[in-house]
Amino acid sequence: MAPLLQVDNLTIRFPRAEPVGNLSFEIEQGETLAIVGESGSGKSLTALALMQLLPRAAKIANGHITFGGRDLTKLDAREMRHLRGREIAMIFQEPMTSLNPVMTIGRQIGEVLKVHEKLSGKAARERAIELLRLVRIPAPEKRVDDYPHQLSGGMRQRVMIAIAVACKPKLLIADEPTTALDVTIQAQVLDLLDTLRRELQMAVVLITHDLGVVAQWADKVVVMYAGRKVEQALPGDLFNDPLHPYTRGLLAASPRLKHDFHYRDGALTEIPGSIVSAVGEAGCPFRPRCNQARASCSHHVPQLIVPAADRLVACPFTTSLKAVPHAAALSL
Amino acid sequence: MPLLSVSDLKTHYKSRDGLLRAVDGIDLVVERGETVGLVGESGCGKSTLGKTVLRLVDPTAGHIEFKGEDITVLDQRNLQRVRRSIQMIFQDPYASLNPRQTIGEILEAPLVVHKVGDRTERRQIIANIVAKVGLPAESINRYPHEFSGGQRQRIGIARALLLNPELIVCDEPVSALDLSIQAQILNLLLEMKKEFGLSYLFISHDLSVVRYFADRVMVMYLGRIVESADNATLWSDPRHPYTRALMEAVPDPSRPRQAAPLGGDLPSPSDIPSGCRFHTRCPLATDLCRADEPEFRAIAPGHQVACHFADRIN
Repeated sequence: MAPLLQVDNLTIRFPRAEPVGNLSFEIEQGETLAIVGESGSGKSLTALALMQLLPRAAKIANGHITFGGRDLTKLDAREMRHLRGREIAMIFQEPMTSLNPVMTIGRQIGEVLKVHEKLSGKAARERAIELLRLVRIPAPEKRVDDYPHQLSGGMRQRVMIAIAVACKPKLLIADEPTTALDVTIQAQVLDLLDTLRRELQMAVVLITHDLGVVAQWADKVVVMYAGRKVEQALPGDLFNDPLHPYTRGLLAASPRLKHDFHYRDGALTEIPGSIVSAVGEAGCPFRPRCNQARASCSHHVPQLIVPAADRLVACPFTTSLKAVPHAAALSL
Repeated sequence: MPLLSVSDLKTHYKSRDGLLRAVDGIDLVVERGETVGLVGESGCGKSTLGKTVLRLVDPTAGHIEFKGEDITVLDQRNLQRVRRSIQMIFQDPYASLNPRQTIGEILEAPLVVHKVGDRTERRQIIANIVAKVGLPAESINRYPHEFSGGQRQRIGIARALLLNPELIVCDEPVSALDLSIQAQILNLLLEMKKEFGLSYLFISHDLSVVRYFADRVMVMYLGRIVESADNATLWSDPRHPYTRALMEAVPDPSRPRQAAPLGGDLPSPSDIPSGCRFHTRCPLATDLCRADEPEFRAIAPGHQVACHFADRIN
């Protein structure tokens, strides 16, 4: 069976930059794919491309986005509008900026249902209350008449999720959905997303910079750096045996993963420099920051190779750390 | 004598919803050379506490002693003298740097205000500090927008170090930075601590960062400290249910996923629950918790908890 969504060699171009280059991945029905990367990695632009909501200056210069047998890059605005909100929905990092501050949350949820499902005002309101209950908002009959500012950050994100799942989409794109939330609230919202994914048989593209979130919530992980996919793996493989020098650097730099490591034991492992160094780099975008770089790394962008089943890595010089004694891998 | 000693500190604001009790009775000590981590979620009052320590916000009640001197009663002129020794680093360095000034001008301002040296000496001090924080020398002629987030935080650190402070309040100094840059900045803060003999009050919502960085940790909830212990003890033997929930909520690749440890939202600091302020979200709450606010008491040397049932939790 064809995957639900297939992205082939997607290249996004601005007049003077190429923020996403030759990106390919696919996602099956009901699966959670995490795209992880730091600012400037191109992960959010990729999400906007899937929704066909790229800023005007950005163009899809190459590639295809196939969803349910149709190439989204070839749809006109009207066809795309029909799909958006109904079959593909999206939630963003900061719910307050996506909600209309002068409209009750009931009307905002109802609007989607009126447009896509042609519900009447009364039926839409009833359904909005049901959806608020679905996303675990207490006293939904009362909350339905609240304005966004009357809700906490976690509640607002639940409302965004209610709007996104109102038409039971097949694909939900969640762009940093819990980054603005406190850690105890983050756990609640991620739980909710995962429950809805199962109940509604929905696939989720989870875009995040948080490796902990990736490890616990994703079925499959794509690591992006400066617009390129540098590694893809199942979460267990990625954390036990990261292959790309960038992924290794990230895991080593993260204090979260080193439970008993204290400053008195030594400094954190740094990735030197910043992502800005990838601009104008003809070869591997990570070369200027890589501690294993060789002369040939500046010649061309490395091809993705398949080092093991279900894995891809864009570095020809990587070797599994599992080949060396166990201790080295544990220290990551 | 501790470097900083805060006793029964309260900072209340008047708001539309009534009295907002952001900091509501806090005792805190920072010893010389020590890093005290202050952990809590948004709205718990940790940033207000940081600002009150510098008297950027005036306390409603209580005392702040810096090297034995009560700074809550100082007038502006004397306060300026103390502020040479207590500096602050902010979360968003871009918001705290004037976009129209060059880095050289930004860094010269505190030296001028505190009448340090003549022009040439000031230039020398600035050049030294710029090199110390790992910025290129020509940075002083450039503007904040020309720098990346990590470099801007280096500028913020340089500014905090200029006047040779003894205590720096760091308010979420790495929260806005990418992971690969966070490690660079944390390492820089550690080097500076060693080199200048600094003490830090390190405010963060990120437990993993505090775990690495702090000597002692205080957990804050709705304006109060609920648990305080040295770093190793807090992580091996947390006794407050809130501390435990915070730890469990951090998604961790090395263990399987668990159900969200806490339901509900943080109550509003203008409507603090009766009894134990955590009882509305606590899985262990009883009638006692709803009625009586637990005392913040020592359960072992250096380990204090505000929970009626601290002895039964392990």
